[in-house]
Amino acid sequence: MNITEKILARASGRPRVTPGDVIFANVDKVMMHDVSGPGVIKVFDKLKKQGVNVDKLWDPTKVWVAEDHFVPSPDKVSAENIVKLSNFTKNYGIEKHFKYGMGQYGICHTLSHEEALVLPGDVYVGGDSHTNTTGALGSFACGLGHTDVAYVLLNGKIWFKVPETLYFKLNGKLPEHVMAKDFILKIIGDISTEGGAYKTMQFGGSGINEMSVESRLTLCNMTTEAGAKNGIVEPDQKVIDYLTSRGATNISLVVGDDDAEYEKIYEYEGSEMEPIVAKPFSPENISIVREAPSVELDKSYIGSCTGAKYEDLQAAAKILKGRKVKIRTEILPASISIYKRAMENGLLKIFLDAGATVGPPTCGACCGAHMGVLAKDEICISTTNRNFPGRMGHVDSQTYLSSPLVAAASAVTGKITDPRDLN
Amino acid sequence: MQSFKKIKTIITPLDKVNVDTDQIVPKQFLKLVQKSGFGKFLFYNWRYDDQEHLKSDFILNDPTYKNSKILVAGDNFGCGSSREHAVWALQDYGFSVIIAPSFADIFYSNCFKNGILPIMLDDKIVEKLQQETGEIEVDLENQIIKTISEKISFDIDSHKKKILLEGLDDISQTLLYEKEISEFEKHSKIPSVL
Repeated sequence: MNITEKILARASGRPRVTPGDVIFANVDKVMMHDVSGPGVIKVFDKLKKQGVNVDKLWDPTKVWVAEDHFVPSPDKVSAENIVKLSNFTKNYGIEKHFKYGMGQYGICHTLSHEEALVLPGDVYVGGDSHTNTTGALGSFACGLGHTDVAYVLLNGKIWFKVPETLYFKLNGKLPEHVMAKDFILKIIGDISTEGGAYKTMQFGGSGINEMSVESRLTLCNMTTEAGAKNGIVEPDQKVIDYLTSRGATNISLVVGDDDAEYEKIYEYEGSEMEPIVAKPFSPENISIVREAPSVELDKSYIGSCTGAKYEDLQAAAKILKGRKVKIRTEILPASISIYKRAMENGLLKIFLDAGATVGPPTCGACCGAHMGVLAKDEICISTTNRNFPGRMGHVDSQTYLSSPLVAAASAVTGKITDPRDLN
Repeated sequence: MQSFKKIKTIITPLDKVNVDTDQIVPKQFLKLVQKSGFGKFLFYNWRYDDQEHLKSDFILNDPTYKNSKILVAGDNFGCGSSREHAVWALQDYGFSVIIAPSFADIFYSNCFKNGILPIMLDDKIVEKLQQETGEIEVDLENQIIKTISEKISFDIDSHKKKILLEGLDDISQTLLYEKEISEFEKHSKIPSVL
């Protein structure tokens, strides 16, 4: 069995599973945020009316809640949702509620690793499609709708069909000017936005072994854009060190068997990878940065669960150090812990000296919610994950998706720029 | 949840692929959590102009399709975020069947939680159905779509079919078997090391 099959076999109490099997799996962790949370509460209300007992959750210690999409609250409705969420967590005894303005908080998918909330081998589900991110820690992580999250909250279990696995093998390290973001955009360009539909996308090979945990998180994060059920990397010592340094204990690793089977294996040579952008209006619409259209950009956005981890900010700082931005540049660290490190290590000063602005952790403009949404005809280069029409604001705005290196280099020139081409 | 058995209406052809949930319900409406009333936000940016007037060139605004309950769309329908609001909007607007060559996983699953029947059919058949101007009948019990000239069968997981036919959502349905589940759990041996 491969790693995903082994995790699902263990979670369903079976000695073995094969793709296509339908299993009833025990869930180890579940997450909801300020959009899915109020949706789940609504489902609870409906169930209550039907006579279902919703007085108790299956295990409040395994549930955690993030405030990320609409914080700081841009309007009354959002503020009320936050209050609703707070009442819910209080009533059900959920202690892991990361509140905006009270110490550590941030984007749910960032907290999952920054706070070591999910461990290798876990079955982890969340009320958000980018829950896939956390598979980079060697867990089975996938997103669910509100009704399914409500079900898990009450029962601690959920049905899965065991997915087929596509294996993406990266031979050798990525060059310095290429990031994990470029690699995953390249993959999505190759297999299309439905190429991974209801499949596992697993990443391995020497290039992945060399990669930091944060880079692996970027890969798994955007498996969602290929339609994948989950993204996963076999955990190693780096994952153990990463989680241990964040307080995790009792980590045990699940890895695939030597004779693990994959539906298809794709191979990539690290040395051949190039900086990539995804042009409007789909993550699969890719181009090598040096061949990208010469558009006048209005904004560079460095934020989100995809592109505002500490390593992403470091990459942006490397470019922006001693340079000035030519277009509006917004940098929103993905969590308070990352924000603090960026402050302590001088990154924020580099950003501010370059003329960029630094905002609080939030999903913000990535989902077009608030904090710098785009106007009609504005063009943005962004380290986020989706560029559908209207995703970041007006339906006639445009978003190019890129790595933090490319977004920062483009901030300096005002055009889509390969970091190697900066003076 | 309302049950679904059979329906007969004209179809609304939506000749677009990769219709994502941002197009189905834009983000500004996500903070609203009532399940009803989302219909007016459905395909918001396609249906309304900047002044919130209906755009005459969008298919849903054509009165011909006013009573249609069957949406026929392109590949990968419902991709993007996991927002269940997308399904709420389609349902509230009046659609109860969505036919496409493929669906995004979370969206597909959300449909069954809200009494919508998503049907996957071969590209060619979907293309043909999009041209259909007369009423078509979708019969879930017999897994048949009847047009004026032909009968098209479709596949559906038997469990999901039952959910829709009986109007039971997963939670209520599973809770019917609470005793059996607990019994099974007692005998389940989860290997400690794998």
